[in-house]
Amino acid sequence: MRRYRAVASGAVAVSLLATATACGGGSSAGGGGSNESPKTLTYWASNQGPNIEADKKILEPELKKFEQRTGIKVKLEVVPWSDLLTRIMTATTSGQGPDVLNIGNTWSASLQSTGALLPWDEKNFSKIGGKERFVEAALGSTGAAGSDPAAVPLYSMSYALYYNKKMFADAGIEKPPATWDEMVASGKKLSKDGKWALGAEGANLSNNIHQVFVLGKQHGADFFDAEGKPDFTSDGAVAAVKQYVDFMAKDKIIAPGNAEYAQNQSLSDFAKDKTAMVLWQAAASTFKSQGMSDDEWGVAPVPVQAGAPGQGKNVNSMVAGINMAVFKNTKNLDGALEFVKFMTSDEEQKLLCNTYGSIPPVKAAQSDPAFDRPELKVLRDTLATSAEALPQVPSESQFETVVGTAVKNLFASAANGGEVTTESVKAELAKAQQQMPQQ
Amino acid sequence: MNTTAVPATGEPAVRKNSPGAARGTRRPGRARRTALPYLLLLPALLLEILIHLLPIVIGVAMSFKELTQFYLRDWGAAPWRGLDNFRFAVDFDTPAGESLLKSFTTTCLFTVLSVGLCWLLGTAAAVFMQETFKGRGFLRALFLVPYALPVYAAVITWSFMFQRDNGLINHVLHDQLGLTDSPSFWLIGDNSFWALLIVSVWKGWPFAFLIIMAGLQNIPKELYEAGALDGAGMWQQIRKITLPSLRSVNQVLVLVLFLWTFNDFNTPFVLFGKSAPEAADLISIHIYQSSFATWNFGAGAAMSVLLLLFLLLVTGVHLFFTSRGRKATDA
Repeated sequence: MRRYRAVASGAVAVSLLATATACGGGSSAGGGGSNESPKTLTYWASNQGPNIEADKKILEPELKKFEQRTGIKVKLEVVPWSDLLTRIMTATTSGQGPDVLNIGNTWSASLQSTGALLPWDEKNFSKIGGKERFVEAALGSTGAAGSDPAAVPLYSMSYALYYNKKMFADAGIEKPPATWDEMVASGKKLSKDGKWALGAEGANLSNNIHQVFVLGKQHGADFFDAEGKPDFTSDGAVAAVKQYVDFMAKDKIIAPGNAEYAQNQSLSDFAKDKTAMVLWQAAASTFKSQGMSDDEWGVAPVPVQAGAPGQGKNVNSMVAGINMAVFKNTKNLDGALEFVKFMTSDEEQKLLCNTYGSIPPVKAAQSDPAFDRPELKVLRDTLATSAEALPQVPSESQFETVVGTAVKNLFASAANGGEVTTESVKAELAKAQQQMPQQ
Repeated sequence: MNTTAVPATGEPAVRKNSPGAARGTRRPGRARRTALPYLLLLPALLLEILIHLLPIVIGVAMSFKELTQFYLRDWGAAPWRGLDNFRFAVDFDTPAGESLLKSFTTTCLFTVLSVGLCWLLGTAAAVFMQETFKGRGFLRALFLVPYALPVYAAVITWSFMFQRDNGLINHVLHDQLGLTDSPSFWLIGDNSFWALLIVSVWKGWPFAFLIIMAGLQNIPKELYEAGALDGAGMWQQIRKITLPSLRSVNQVLVLVLFLWTFNDFNTPFVLFGKSAPEAADLISIHIYQSSFATWNFGAGAAMSVLLLLFLLLVTGVHLFFTSRGRKATDA
């Protein structure tokens, strides 16, 4: 009898325990932030350095500094790019996320539409020193036009043409190409004996998007119409994608092997003197980690179709960069704003951007002499005069996936010797467009 | 003898001895005895409901909703859309439906080939390992290594080996043996199907080997001895004795391998990343892309429900035929 009772009550207890644990995990998804736990913050940083460990080493001392000043302990997690968006989505769904997080600035409008991020209205901006502190171009990539930004700029970057000086000298080329015609002409001289002119990350969806977006601008095409509806199959968009893939398919200045690159292999090829040029953003620290000294490579603006970089059809970069956002469900709203203020302060901006080789989106920090290096001068000029933000529409991140995949597929077919025609490009883009959400 | 005798004499004795006294305590006793198994099952049952059934129910509910990024934060508020998501998924005239159908046929072909090869390799190895010879234990352990390795570590190694320019596979096939004119791509284009199949079979066959090996232990030696006396050669012994004896083991093994392979997500995801090449676009990764990459979780859930129904159907048909077969042999 006693044994029976013990067994039975044990069974009931285990059942209750199971139910309780299962129900205890969630918390309400609704509601805004609070100040329930003012002494701690969780921060998801994106991977900016050569690897995650390097990021931790760079950020930890700064977080210590913040803790000494404010008494708020910041728990840091560096999230790899491959996981970041999924992690943010999961956090949005469950309401259990970090307090402060980095986002790719191109995702701003997509994440803004989920309502998970704290809107940066006048009041919030005033707590970090005001909107005027930031560069205009960087603010252009913080959310849909007409609504309060979903994030504030943290690090800015733009694309530039990096070239390998030794390979240029060996091929007898004096200056980096300024137009795509020159690129193809020089490229044919460079591409021989197992060496190639241009590197590409053919299987990296985001990188594909960055390249074809700029080429699209140069062909007078946007990938979205004025109402924010996808428009992938316009003549300009098709010509842009075809031009990019043709560097491999027709001009043969990109090695076929690049079609499967997605982990910055093109940068190692560059450092190993196998590829003479890459279109990249802030590559200096990676080159250094690959054993290349600063005088072995040069920087020039990304080529245009004709003339010099500028606005309209002469845009030659996207506004690249990282934004910092506050999760709406934060339990330490004041602390989170304080932390954003700290990270966007002139002092931290100078220090962190200098370490990461990016450009501070904070005007006052830009004047620091550390940012007058030739590389950063090119990147800064590009950002100020000839860069444009990717479409600030809610379906931007879907666009990156479907059009990025389309370009990946076209590269794959080019690499396997298939022909890339206007029709095949258009068909691939039409397929991508039909996968976009119907709004 | 002894065991049957004891209850035959014991039970009536109990009944006879205490008819009145027993009646008072027996009823609650019986209730208790009948309730106890259920009480003991309760924790497992509740956990089963919480961990398996509840998510399935939520998933099914999601498939009737328009769950896009706009409703992600408060997904209870997403509007109901009836069968729209299902219509979207199975409308084979649109690219979404067409690619789902293509992904489905790819998965079927992949599963049939993978399960077939896993079974064949597993059975062959198990049969050869029956003979005792020096080093048998070592080989058995070695064969089980792929099964013991963590999936991620193993598959990422394969993805390095399959790289076109620096991978081991092309180094052997192209550089050393000269079998191909130019290095082939394995991770993009049509070859990716074979790359995926190779990794899947490598990963799956040790399980078949293990199960068949266990099954072989139950076949009485006498059968083989009798077969040998009747003049059956090795091939005939395998066909007439080994395989029929393994029948029930095989039925379970093939079903389990089928379900695992059909649903496999880890292998293609680690091998190809977020967007698998069309030739290797398995259904699980296709559903992942339809929900996570395009942020349309309703459509992804609808595809998952369709997948669930298909797998239930296959399992049902399999069980129907195998159990009927078993009854026929029993009778």
